[in-house]
Amino acid sequence: MNLKAATRLSLFLLMAPLLVWLIGLIILPHADMLAISLRERVAVRTYEFSFANYGEFFNEPLYWRTFARTAIMSIVATALTLLISFPVSYYIAKMLRGRLKAFLFLLCLVPFWVSELVRTFGWMILLRESGVFSNVLQWVGMADGPVEMLYNDATIMVGLVYTSMLFMVVPLVTTLDSLEDAQVEAGYDLGGNAFSVLRTIIIPHAMPGIVSGCIVVFMLTLGNYLTPVLLGGKDNLWFTAQIYTQFITRFNWEQGAAFGFLLLGLSSLIVWSGLKLSRQTLTETMG
Amino acid sequence: MIPSIPQPKSFRVLYGAYIALFFVYLVLPLAVVAVFAFNDSMFPSLPWGGFTLDWFLNDTEPRLGLFHDGRLLESIWTSFFIACWVTVLSVAVGTTNAFLFERREFPFKSFLYMLMLLPLVVPGVILGISILVFSSTIANWLENSYGIDLEFLRPSTFLVIVGQFSFIATITTLVIAARLRKFDTALEEAAQSLGASRLTAVRTVTMPYLKPAIVGAAIVAFLMSFENFNTTLMLAGSDQPLTIAMYGRLREGSTPELNALSLLLMTVSGGLALLSVFVQRDKD
Repeated sequence: MNLKAATRLSLFLLMAPLLVWLIGLIILPHADMLAISLRERVAVRTYEFSFANYGEFFNEPLYWRTFARTAIMSIVATALTLLISFPVSYYIAKMLRGRLKAFLFLLCLVPFWVSELVRTFGWMILLRESGVFSNVLQWVGMADGPVEMLYNDATIMVGLVYTSMLFMVVPLVTTLDSLEDAQVEAGYDLGGNAFSVLRTIIIPHAMPGIVSGCIVVFMLTLGNYLTPVLLGGKDNLWFTAQIYTQFITRFNWEQGAAFGFLLLGLSSLIVWSGLKLSRQTLTETMG
Repeated sequence: MIPSIPQPKSFRVLYGAYIALFFVYLVLPLAVVAVFAFNDSMFPSLPWGGFTLDWFLNDTEPRLGLFHDGRLLESIWTSFFIACWVTVLSVAVGTTNAFLFERREFPFKSFLYMLMLLPLVVPGVILGISILVFSSTIANWLENSYGIDLEFLRPSTFLVIVGQFSFIATITTLVIAARLRKFDTALEEAAQSLGASRLTAVRTVTMPYLKPAIVGAAIVAFLMSFENFNTTLMLAGSDQPLTIAMYGRLREGSTPELNALSLLLMTVSGGLALLSVFVQRDKD
């Protein structure tokens, strides 16, 4: 075996796991899901090509309303997460030094290491009718009886923002960390005030972090299942729950696959336009 | 807005208060979960009934403690089994991918790299259903054409492993590739000029250098697998992994046993997290 053949063989060996993984577990499953979403059962075990499952989505108000609601709430949750995390990230990155900085940064990572189930459980204990907040309110006299704080949109939002926080804080702290103090000082020296320095120096510098944070948070929120279902209750409308119902409860895989593709389409669209708006590529943002 | 630029005192106080409030928000849900694990009451809620270890240690219904609850222990075992497989598979594939992308040139490289990142931007539920759909297609085809019934292609522990691997492999690849990028290839060449074969050089020089990243990637992969819910939900078979079992109990409403379990999970994953920080920092 000559050297060239050996190089090609080793390249092939290195590439084999990658190709098996990507083709077998990502490309083919999604292609198959697309194929199934584009067929309609006309008789037992007989299927025909059709757009009926997508048509059903637009004809049934419950479906597209749930879809729109999920999308809008995800956008709001992403915006809130950014608004809440930005001052915190800035504080950690620029106002603190040394040990305290490292400690607070690590503290921000804590929720990530704890299962989402545990986090959501914590919010349930705090917010339910017999929960901690309800008791505290009664104790200080601000409420006469038990207060139910679960099962509404605000609660879902609290849970979603909480779950997403870390994915915003980490990229923000990383980008803000690389901002030179001198640049901020120069902004002030040139007559800027806090607001104009923030708008023309800090935010543009943090843009890559803002974009990658927002993309990840939006995607995770859109695809979240636990938080909306547990904090929002049975009648909560979240699109992933619809997908689950179609697949597991109704056993209507064709419809479920179509829903899956719609969700994937929306998620990809937002990721893509986020990247386009900020003139970044997926490789730069994630890699 | 940096320490070197004076700000009004009121601003500094407000800012500090906001940060303090943020960390209360961050810690509060986890703290209540932990505290109510010791509540001597049937429900994880107020009033406080006194301190007890029953929810860990008691061995009789209805106050069954975690360490005597066979069904929960079994699902911990299922999750552990899954996580071990996912870790081994995704670290192995992550390592070969790292060498492939960092060391080799080949056609469509940047396209393949982008494809490799895609699982990170596909929602977990969708990864789950696409694998469910595809494996059922294969299973149905095998059954109809050859009469072979492969049980593991229906929702099962096998499918959960495959499903979790499909996106965790991306993460291990990124972690290991990042460290391999920093490696000075001159060291490998030196080993080879001292008579080592290429494989020996990689095994004795490069791999030890990569070890912190490999251990770190393994810990992250293990935890992500153990705690995964979205993908697992669609693929789990009759042996329920822990997250699925916990979800069921959460919906029914549960005794503080669930708090005890949560506290255990927090302690173990916190320990592993610290370990991974330690391992990766040590040699850098």
